[in-house]
Amino acid sequence: MSQETPGTSGPAPAGSKGTLRVVQLYPRDMNIYGDWGNALVLQQRIRWHGYTPELLEYNVGDTFPDDVDIIVGGGGQDSGQLVIQDDLQARADSLKGLAEDGTPMLVICGLYQLFGRFFKTRTGSVIPGIGILDVETHGTDERLIGNVKVATSEFGEVLGYENHSGQTTLGGGVRPLGTVAKGTGNNSSDGHEGARYRNIVASYLHGSLLPKNPAIADFLIRTAAERKFGAFEPGLPDDRYAELARDHAARRPR
Amino acid sequence: MSFLSVPLGKLVRRVSRLRGGGSALPGLVVEKIDPGFMRRTLTTLPHGVAVVSGTNGKTTTTKMVVELLESQGLKVFTNRTGSNFTRGVAAALLGEVDWRGRLDADVAVLELDEAHAVHFVNSVPPKYCLLLNVLRDQLDRFGEIDKTAQLLQHIAAKTTGTVVLNREDPRVARIAETLTGQEVRYFGLDDSLLGTFPNDDDMRAAPGSPAPAGLPEKPAADVVLRKVGADTAEFEYDGGTVSTAMKLRGVYNIFNAAAALTLARGICGGAAADTDHGTLLAALSQVAPAFGRGESLTVEGQPLDLVLVKNPSGFRLGLKSFPAGGYATMIAINDNYADGRDMSWLWDVEFDSLRDGGVDQLTGSRAYDMALRLQYDDVRIGAVEPDIAPALAAFIRGAKGQPKRIFCTYTAMLAIRRELSKITTVEVVS
Repeated sequence: MSQETPGTSGPAPAGSKGTLRVVQLYPRDMNIYGDWGNALVLQQRIRWHGYTPELLEYNVGDTFPDDVDIIVGGGGQDSGQLVIQDDLQARADSLKGLAEDGTPMLVICGLYQLFGRFFKTRTGSVIPGIGILDVETHGTDERLIGNVKVATSEFGEVLGYENHSGQTTLGGGVRPLGTVAKGTGNNSSDGHEGARYRNIVASYLHGSLLPKNPAIADFLIRTAAERKFGAFEPGLPDDRYAELARDHAARRPR
Repeated sequence: MSFLSVPLGKLVRRVSRLRGGGSALPGLVVEKIDPGFMRRTLTTLPHGVAVVSGTNGKTTTTKMVVELLESQGLKVFTNRTGSNFTRGVAAALLGEVDWRGRLDADVAVLELDEAHAVHFVNSVPPKYCLLLNVLRDQLDRFGEIDKTAQLLQHIAAKTTGTVVLNREDPRVARIAETLTGQEVRYFGLDDSLLGTFPNDDDMRAAPGSPAPAGLPEKPAADVVLRKVGADTAEFEYDGGTVSTAMKLRGVYNIFNAAAALTLARGICGGAAADTDHGTLLAALSQVAPAFGRGESLTVEGQPLDLVLVKNPSGFRLGLKSFPAGGYATMIAINDNYADGRDMSWLWDVEFDSLRDGGVDQLTGSRAYDMALRLQYDDVRIGAVEPDIAPALAAFIRGAKGQPKRIFCTYTAMLAIRRELSKITTVEVVS
């Protein structure tokens, strides 16, 4: 088991509404585009809502922690995806169990692809995914890069930045996170971005995603709290800077 | 047409200068009508061409190499205009050659952007190259950092003589394994300094976890940076250790001095066995940072440091090299093409070191992204004003009588320098 972030472990202090345990998947090999931002936002917002965060890392070869409340996983380079490949396959059943059970999860870019059925590279070799999400990804020569705006029914306008050459298509078992208003999203043909399945939010968007989209962060936290404590009592995070950053980001060029 | 290209290019250069135009247009003209111009002119130089590339520190390192070689009496051609694209090189060349296209120089030392260097070396194979590092810089431009490493590998493969590599950057050091005919020289760091150079790979790794696979065994380095003091540094080469005063500030700049020394030794050693190490070191101690790279200005009698930050490693090194205590701090983050449009990188920098003093002023097109980032690290935020001119004026007004420091992205730095020269007397002190 790798180290915990200092100051976040231990029993919930007096006055806390309870402890929520967040596990980062493969931060050592899959963290290339600011994915730490997503973990940090969960950690701080859990605190701001009056709960106690416990942030754990899961890397290749570690023992998977028990009692996981939220799972967050990021993108990586091709080399990072190869490193985690075997370990992820060995974890497939337990991750699938957690997903079917309703554990809230956020998977970005590389892990979004690997949570799907397979990734077929440009040269035709097939990297198996773990099949939690009914999606498939095909490598292309075209890199989709730039600012993205997505219209979603659940989280309002979602803002982020995409940078991927794999193109993902959704099967009937998942629904898209939203419809792209600027940028490309899952692929260059159907105008969809990301995927939703049970309490999983999957997306190509970096930026990092959660800081400028606190509605998604709060969805993950609320779901975790309701599953663990039967109810979620929100605090009052100060989202003025998030709002202003969203306003400015929405007006930046592609 | 080639007999006409030089006079024509020089003419375009004069006209575009009169018009106050960009530095690359005359280069473009020559490139179009005479594609062999650069190769003909540069490859006939006695010591050939040295290319400096990598993500961070190209400008300062190139400047150092030039000054080191000049200390040895060599005439050096370089692309000083900072136009580090092929056309910029052609444009700079046009300014230096005579009307018949002859260049009066012994060696060319060129700073080239990774992607453009690939095109350049295809038409002008360099005799030397110096590859500094592969950091997460403008990933939205080059894709992934492994891709950037491939670009550098291509530069090394096209080099005909000596390849100088950073021993401590696994992606750069491993380029050696792909080379066949070239001589490889490394510059390196003392183990005690490795901790101050976190790389992107172990950025979030648990403390003490193994570094990503570098070279199986560390090769001997031509020059090793052993120690860094307040204004001194200790280098080891030829089996001895020498201590020297340094005008350069910031550990990463001084590590690049080791890189420059390695390349300069490679170039001089090849021809002049009488390389004068005394003057080489004296020249090194006198090198001042390139503009905006840890540069110190004086504003209203107080120092104002400009620290260029382009990527997570650079930002973290900047925060570490220039402690916040006693300084008023401003951060300016733009997201223009030259800065990189993706703001994700701000989330891979820890800002705890600014918690005590807070940040007085935030500015730039992504000032609110920066504010949001600091909020999540519990850093106190003074004022936020995306427009750089009023933000800078407010910062200087508010921090009267205090030393100031501005961390800024590339285009924000250009804007800040422009403003500084307007609102106060800017005196360059180092």
